[in-house]
Amino acid sequence: VTALVVDDNKVSQMIHHQLLNVLGIVNHVVGNGKEAVEIHSSGKKFDLVLMDRDMPVMNGIEATKKLRDMGVKSTIAGVSSHSLSEERQEFIEAGLDDYHEKPLTIAKLVSVVSKIKYKA
Amino acid sequence: MERNSQLHRQVALMRQSLFDQGYLDEQFVQLEELQDDANPNFVEEVVTLYYRDSARLIASIEQALDKSPLDFNKLDSYMHQFKGSSSSIGGRKVKAECAQFREYCRAGNGEG
Repeated sequence: VTALVVDDNKVSQMIHHQLLNVLGIVNHVVGNGKEAVEIHSSGKKFDLVLMDRDMPVMNGIEATKKLRDMGVKSTIAGVSSHSLSEERQEFIEAGLDDYHEKPLTIAKLVSVVSKIKYKA
Repeated sequence: MERNSQLHRQVALMRQSLFDQGYLDEQFVQLEELQDDANPNFVEEVVTLYYRDSARLIASIEQALDKSPLDFNKLDSYMHQFKGSSSSIGGRKVKAECAQFREYCRAGNGEG
């Protein structure tokens, strides 16, 4: 299983990277939505994308929409610290397969991984 | 060896006290569980990164607080980052203070 971590917060990047390592998932880390789109444009594929919502340059909602428009079928799990249902709904409607509130834990990540349907 | 076990005990007591006083929550335990033989200093590395990142954020916040009128949107954005990092490492009290600060930002309350 391969994964892409998309988050602008360095502490979150380090934690999500290690969470995936511990589960034996090879993963790559990028700092915003634009970088996530670019890495897919370069031809790279991932089984799972952990997408943060609030990021500079391009946020998680826009990036998710763009990836789906590009035909990316990977499991995209939105990760956010927003708890309002409208904000959550907007993110989910952008094309998420799963959604979790930060901070991510081992249990939450195991639940996300169990939902991976499409193998890149 | 006696000194070593004494130090271990002191560290354990200090750690427990941070939980008891509400400075740390379960998320910190999650980080401890992520530490393994391949990454034996994981907790130390994350916390060090957190301190460095926070120091930078606090400096930005202080600068922003010196401006007049206050740019509440900018302050709110800095606090969002700070709250996010604090929550990720289990910094319960800091996270609560950030939430309070953001309430003041949303209300345009400069005095708060």
